[in-house]
Amino acid sequence: MKPRPFDYLRPDTVVETVALLAEYGDDARILAGGQSLVPMLNLRIVEAAALIDISRIAALDTIHDRGDAIEIGAGVTQNKLLAWPQLAKKLPLLAAALPHVGHFQTRNKGTVCGSIAHADPSSEIPLALAVLGGDVVLKSKRGERVLAAGEFQQDMLTTARAGDEILAAVRFPVNGPGVAFREVARRHGDFAIVAVAAVVENQNTVRLGVGGMAGKPLVREMSADHCADAIAAWADGLEGHDDLHSSAALRRDLFRNLAPLVVKEAIRCAA
Amino acid sequence: MRRVTKNERVRVALTLNGRKLAADAEARTLLCDFIRHALGATGTHVGCEHGVCGACTVLIDGVATRSCLTLAVQAEGRDIKTVESLAAPDGTLNPLQQAFRHNHALQCGFCTPGILMSFTDYLSRQPHPSETEIRDVLSGHLCRCTGYAGIVAAIKQAAGKG
Repeated sequence: MKPRPFDYLRPDTVVETVALLAEYGDDARILAGGQSLVPMLNLRIVEAAALIDISRIAALDTIHDRGDAIEIGAGVTQNKLLAWPQLAKKLPLLAAALPHVGHFQTRNKGTVCGSIAHADPSSEIPLALAVLGGDVVLKSKRGERVLAAGEFQQDMLTTARAGDEILAAVRFPVNGPGVAFREVARRHGDFAIVAVAAVVENQNTVRLGVGGMAGKPLVREMSADHCADAIAAWADGLEGHDDLHSSAALRRDLFRNLAPLVVKEAIRCAA
Repeated sequence: MRRVTKNERVRVALTLNGRKLAADAEARTLLCDFIRHALGATGTHVGCEHGVCGACTVLIDGVATRSCLTLAVQAEGRDIKTVESLAAPDGTLNPLQQAFRHNHALQCGFCTPGILMSFTDYLSRQPHPSETEIRDVLSGHLCRCTGYAGIVAAIKQAAGKG
């Protein structure tokens, strides 16, 4: 199908972008890579009075090492981050998760921030951000605010972003090699039925996250020694949901079986 | 700032296969439709229109992109290459196309233009890919005729000859 008519605006700066957002508010959509937004426009699941194309704003196309975190601008594509020479060293969880995001062709245009702003509950990048405890940077004419991943993503396709704000950047905390990521999908590159990520905080603590189980990624901290019991108890309490691809019971089973492997792998990588 | 209102038709200029061309488009016109209907280059095929099948893949500034997920106005001023750019002017197939022919890598040919453009980009970045890497990139395309074996064989044969 073809999208319904909309205004197309291509600002040259972030200042122009937030001015347009103040003018249009909720009726406008930010267009960066378009790999989530344009399919929804084509299928007429989403309507927009205006698209604000930020893909030519050079100031947003930056990967900035802040020391304790890597700040990725709204224009950075998933393949640009994958090709970043420091990725495996500074953000090994992203190095493991990004190859599962769509396909080579969609990663060429799809952005890191766009995936977080879209907030699909089974997406890999929001899961990585939640497990790492990262932040998002929101800008508007009113100023700038920084929200933790858990505060930003609220539910399926629902975030704390106000209508006049742009998700200008995302900050992933730099972490050591103690990470692991696995997912189950019908085909490689499809949305995950269940995705699991783990980060070793220190010798005794692991942060474990799961995507595809609820409206947003779920994260729990657990002691490395008792993680088997903690995972089993968590899995029993997860609601999950039935859809075309999987039953809730299968999702719980997948989590029950994947999570111990992912934790074990993360601990092994940390050593 | 570029501004196109919803009721407007504007002139969109870009380079298609080395030629500077321009035609009218609405803000909502998809690049795949612009290339086919406004510019008349029908080698690019349109399948699913939501980025899944890969048939519409073209190069924008050398980068393999779904033209059904790109607006024509977004491609303004860009260098677009489609399957028509691959063969020589006298019709001689390029090495990748020849390898497809030799390995029976196509039957109906609907998916082929997109696959050729994807691997034109990919092989320029990674001239000697493993079979796993080839299959990973190929996972961004759907082919309902070949079972993919011939396509993988063709890309293996073409790798390093481009």
